[in-house]
Amino acid sequence: MSDLNTQLVEKYRNNFLQEVKDNVEEGDWVKMCMQCGVCSGSCPMGPYWDHPPQEIFMMIRANKREEVLSSNSMWMCTSCYNCIARCPRELPITHIMHGLAHYAKRLGLAPKNQPTIKFSQLFWDNLMKKGRVNELKLGLSLYFMNGFAEGVKKAWKMKDIGLGMTLTRRLNPLEILGGHGVKDQTGFQNMIKKAQELEAARIESSVKK
Amino acid sequence: MATKEYSFYPGCSSQKGASSSNYLISVETLCEELDIKLNTIPDWNCCSASIGYSGGGELPRLALSARNIALSEQHHGGQDIVATCAACWLATREAAERLDENADLMAETNEALKEVGLKLEKNETKIRHMTEVLIEDFGYDELGKHVKKPLEGMKIAGYVGCQTNRPFGIAGESFENPKYLDKLVETLGAEPVEKYDKKVSCCGGALAFSEPDKSQALVKDIIEAAYDGGAEMIVTPCPVCQMNVEVYQDQINATYGTKFKMPVVYYSTLMSVAYGRNAKESALDGQIIKAKKLEEIAAK
Repeated sequence: MSDLNTQLVEKYRNNFLQEVKDNVEEGDWVKMCMQCGVCSGSCPMGPYWDHPPQEIFMMIRANKREEVLSSNSMWMCTSCYNCIARCPRELPITHIMHGLAHYAKRLGLAPKNQPTIKFSQLFWDNLMKKGRVNELKLGLSLYFMNGFAEGVKKAWKMKDIGLGMTLTRRLNPLEILGGHGVKDQTGFQNMIKKAQELEAARIESSVKK
Repeated sequence: MATKEYSFYPGCSSQKGASSSNYLISVETLCEELDIKLNTIPDWNCCSASIGYSGGGELPRLALSARNIALSEQHHGGQDIVATCAACWLATREAAERLDENADLMAETNEALKEVGLKLEKNETKIRHMTEVLIEDFGYDELGKHVKKPLEGMKIAGYVGCQTNRPFGIAGESFENPKYLDKLVETLGAEPVEKYDKKVSCCGGALAFSEPDKSQALVKDIIEAAYDGGAEMIVTPCPVCQMNVEVYQDQINATYGTKFKMPVVYYSTLMSVAYGRNAKESALDGQIIKAKKLEEIAAK
């Protein structure tokens, strides 16, 4: 667990709702949940969640910090926006889930070996390299994310799809040599670095407030 | 009608050799037919879709979209941004709205944008999906006037999916039963599957990669419902929907003992064929599951 996490626990002792409000994307909406459960019933991944969104919101209010942040739930979000479209209280649930997921990851509390956590990070790292996604490298890094042996097995399983994509020119093996990217590489990297610094500073300052 | 111009955000998957490069080819054909000029945003970057949140916090993700919007303001001032990808559209429009509502985030975003010598000045650019442009700026009547080869005798399921539909969607359409794809299918001379119950169900999105079994279970239902409705083809406006519903059919068949072989095409491919363009210009060669009927019509 990170030092930042320890400081946050100290600072927000017994008020996880406030911590979420201060530090999680769209977190100030959580208190608006009226526990109707429409989100939970609307989620295509509903059967696989440890805790559906409605339960997550109640757990936040009940101070179940550890359980919420280490839950696999937020990582089951497909971003289908059913919950947002249907919530009678207009909570931006999809965004809150993304926000909670990111916050858990930032503090080192997200579950280990959860496939979507890995894939989501691979996606971000991939686009950060050149400013645009390199689909070939993303696919390969996905297959090999759990080691070489499994990667070979997975790549073998996917070979027909890969071949079909290549033959229809929807996958280019030459992307491995570099591929598409933005021209202003330096500026792009500096912009993201700046945004990351500003965001980190905001969370750190919430500890001191 | 005079040429209509838009500031175009093509997105990563539309690039040469990427998974929806066929979508872009058919959109370009469509734009020729409708006299639309797409001015690509210079040096655009990825929007991080809706799966970049593990590594990307709110502000870095906002900065990604803000850079694209600021570049559009600077180079194509006054033009609406148009995206063909559902995720590009959604991420960009959401970013614009979030920044509009939150002055602190706007200030921080502009501080990050300084690093690329940009500033989000007005943030008044409208951010639209290509289907919005077709329906709102042209309308079904106008779109119908360009049909040279009606897709007669075809029955097509309009799979709208998630992100082209929620949370924004097309003005005047419902989230639960949007009808614009069906109307478009009708406009092109084909018959839509009227009660296609999976038309707005999720295909799993990016989780098709990380949770393939769960995602393929969803895709199976989407295809099955199309067959049940008598469809011979699925049409969609979203690159993720198109790919997920088309390319895993062999794996789904192996898992569930089904015999799916359902072509899944973009609306732009359908329109290009109906507008009399050839197979290549309509990007029919981009189909992994061949759309034979459309190939026949295109060859006529």
